[in-house]
Amino acid sequence: MLLGIRRLEGDCIVDITKHELVPKHEILKDAEKKAVLEKYGVTESQLPKIRSSDPVIEMIGAVPGQVIKITRKSQTAGEADYFRLVVK
Amino acid sequence: MKGKRMFSPEEAIGVVAAQSLSEPATQMTMRTYHFAGTAGIQVTLGLPRIIEIFDARKELATPTMEIHLDKDHQTVEKAKKVAENIKEVKLKDLVTADMLDMTNLEVICKLDAKLLKELELDIEKIKKAVKLKKVKVDGTGNELRVASMGVDVKNLHKLKYKLLELHMKGIKGVTQAIVNKDNGEWIINTLGSSLKKVQKIEGVDPYKTTCNSIFEILEVLGVEAARNSIINQSKYTLDEQGLHVDVRYIMLLADLMTFSGTIKAIGRYGIAGEKDSVLARAAFEETKKHLISAAIRNDEDDLSGIVENIMVNQVIPAGTGSFDLYGDIPKVPMKPAAKEKAEPIKAEKPKVEKKTEKKAEWKPKAEKKIEKKETKKPAPKKTAKKK
Repeated sequence: MLLGIRRLEGDCIVDITKHELVPKHEILKDAEKKAVLEKYGVTESQLPKIRSSDPVIEMIGAVPGQVIKITRKSQTAGEADYFRLVVK
Repeated sequence: MKGKRMFSPEEAIGVVAAQSLSEPATQMTMRTYHFAGTAGIQVTLGLPRIIEIFDARKELATPTMEIHLDKDHQTVEKAKKVAENIKEVKLKDLVTADMLDMTNLEVICKLDAKLLKELELDIEKIKKAVKLKKVKVDGTGNELRVASMGVDVKNLHKLKYKLLELHMKGIKGVTQAIVNKDNGEWIINTLGSSLKKVQKIEGVDPYKTTCNSIFEILEVLGVEAARNSIINQSKYTLDEQGLHVDVRYIMLLADLMTFSGTIKAIGRYGIAGEKDSVLARAAFEETKKHLISAAIRNDEDDLSGIVENIMVNQVIPAGTGSFDLYGDIPKVPMKPAAKEKAEPIKAEKPKVEKKTEKKAEWKPKAEKKIEKKETKKPAPKKTAKKK
């Protein structure tokens, strides 16, 4: 969270998570993360990745190892969930 | 995608996507107009643009921005004011005449008074903007005098050119900014882009403003925004040419390109060049290079992909080829000879032993495999077809 605050007060005044192109990013709790991995039958490393230097990740203050749930507005399916693992 | 429209397990969607995209691409090469402009700005479109997107180019032929304005700036006059603040102004744009004073070793620039007023600039501001080393800046009215310290006549010319290229106002790299009306809303189209700087300019709606450089979006707004941008822009480029490709194929491609958290090109330097299998890489491009380096490194190929299996004349792991029969060994009826060996296992489950005539439960091991395959394997083939 500290990271997010620094970014808001510092050079970046714009809250990019409100941008049209940026879907909703949420950090999953450990239990939720386990459920996701079990549901899709994959290991952590098989998930798509997101960099910890990604502006949105810096904003919400996620750390490597956490899984991010992304709620996309899909053109074909209304809303779609996508998961990304935070990596360095 | 729901229910009926879903692809069947192990269907090679990558190949289908590749064909769906490369057929219109061949159509595109036959059409000559690759440029279209909105009110003076020429933008790359057509095949060159598609290649730019899928090759993940960092330097675009025509970087542009589409700047939306906030509610307080929805008139032509105000929009033009904002555009003025965005467009880059160099010193040479303001100068009507420049001279070299050889005796005093000075550069004298006569400034356009009218233009200065329009751009809300004055001599003091310009003097501040001249940030060169070993230079003495002086000026009154519409005349700017820059004296060089300890520079000979030869280098005075160099100083002049340096001076004229100096940045005075606006955003660096934005050479044009034109106000347009789009869907009842005033927007500014620019040539040259700098998303981060534009977001902070007064009057700009930072939550709608976008640019056409995917790498810039990746830096400023993150991967997910970059993915959306890849989809929007390739769809826009195709639609604009009158070609209709289902978005799902473009979505698949965009997902693949952003899989690693950054943007990877499709093709030799991106996804296709990073495949695990040596034979698959050799089959695509630069055959010798891959075979030689594999030989040097003593690489192995576990023949788990499609291309490799075609090369060695085996059933490919796609479609019906990816299913196999697997048995639950303890439950399989044993032949008399094998009975002795299997006994310790059977001893644990005496009830099963009595019903040996019951046929074994066969389990296809399909489900777990699917997820792994679909993410990476089929996709690289599309570039092979495209190039």
